[in-house]
Amino acid sequence: MAMPDKSADIGSAIARIHDGASVMLGGFGVPGTPFCLIEELVRQGPKNLTIIKNDANEMGMGVDWLLENGQVSKLVASHIGLNARAIAMMNDGALSVEFVAQGILAERIRIAGAGLLGFVTDIGMGTPLAEGKQQVSVNGVTGILEPALKADFALVHAETADTFGNLFYAAAARNFNPLMAMAAHCTIAEAETIVDQGRIKPENVHTPGPFVDQLVTLKQLPEVYGVVRR
Amino acid sequence: MLSDARERMLRRAARDILPGMTVNLGIGLPTQVLHHVDRTMAICLHSENGIAGVGPQLSPEEADRNLIDAGGAYVSPIAGTSYFDSAVSFAIVRSGRLDLTLLGAFEVAGNGDLANWIIPGRFSPGVGGAIELAQKARRVGVLTTHTDKRGNPKILERCTLPLTAAACVNRIYSDMAVCDVTPEGLRLTEIAEGVDLQDVIDATGTTLIVPDGPLPTF
Repeated sequence: MAMPDKSADIGSAIARIHDGASVMLGGFGVPGTPFCLIEELVRQGPKNLTIIKNDANEMGMGVDWLLENGQVSKLVASHIGLNARAIAMMNDGALSVEFVAQGILAERIRIAGAGLLGFVTDIGMGTPLAEGKQQVSVNGVTGILEPALKADFALVHAETADTFGNLFYAAAARNFNPLMAMAAHCTIAEAETIVDQGRIKPENVHTPGPFVDQLVTLKQLPEVYGVVRR
Repeated sequence: MLSDARERMLRRAARDILPGMTVNLGIGLPTQVLHHVDRTMAICLHSENGIAGVGPQLSPEEADRNLIDAGGAYVSPIAGTSYFDSAVSFAIVRSGRLDLTLLGAFEVAGNGDLANWIIPGRFSPGVGGAIELAQKARRVGVLTTHTDKRGNPKILERCTLPLTAAACVNRIYSDMAVCDVTPEGLRLTEIAEGVDLQDVIDATGTTLIVPDGPLPTF
């Protein structure tokens, strides 16, 4: 008995992403950012995207390619301080940015992936980030109701995948990838190495295959994945 | 800030990192406290991007492209290091597993309020993990110059900028003094060597409780 094979070519996988789609991008800085999938998204050019990523990468990398190409209308992130273009576009009104506290962003995505509607937290109470949000009381403590955050697509980067889409992430390249892989209607994973089913020990699977829809092999790893020299 | 005053402040903050602690050091000045920590001491450094047990920084030549800390520096694993996703990383923070966090400040108030992420209209790169660190670490230390570049106090009666978290700060380390937030108010506990007490009082934008007798220096 074999499990389904999710292998796809990068062009047809990304062709599913339509104008106006919401797209989650894994990564925290460079590690875990699916640069090749983003590059293909730029090549195909769907517009008016809502991008959900921890950060906006740096100028000339990843999210910045989409911004430069005018494909992003809204960005949901925790911090964009390393990308001067993103900040300038936000200040000029060319880009709508929703800032979410980093752990709340992670949890809103995780909750969506867990099939739940939201969660209650006291994080941000007494600060401007609580303004306009629904408040509820749980066991006598008032908190903010944070809604689940899902997306039409998630693009994630794994070090190793098997053909069923079981994923293994390297070191700190895990970050938002396993959360986003669970939270989208369609998850497209790129992997540096694709192995036969059975070659990743079941105990070492970080993202189980049922969460992955399309699997793209990276034949070579462009320089953008490498060590950044500042 | 003079570099020796700065080094003194970093060295003083480092003394409050104790064996057995799990610690998160904010990006920028707080990270530099590490240069003054005895690295043979048994502590667990946490990084928001999913590391418990952050090891020494590496040069680009030695670096693992997949292993950065939350500030983007290439770091190394040590015996006992673990990696996890961002939800688990902030579960560690919110559930009170951090014994100490050291953070920077735009403004800090005598009641422990902290403002360190946004200057409306001038600086708004996003909040990152600051709110959760400030609100949920068991102990919060702030490293800051006592005054801004124009000489205005950064330690105030009340913050004027939007808060990161209310009543979260326990201790302030500045280039001039160490101050503790207490129920009675902000208490001066130590003074930098060679700094005059009246200068500290004048540079502070809120009432300081000054204990009787000589103050310890650092």
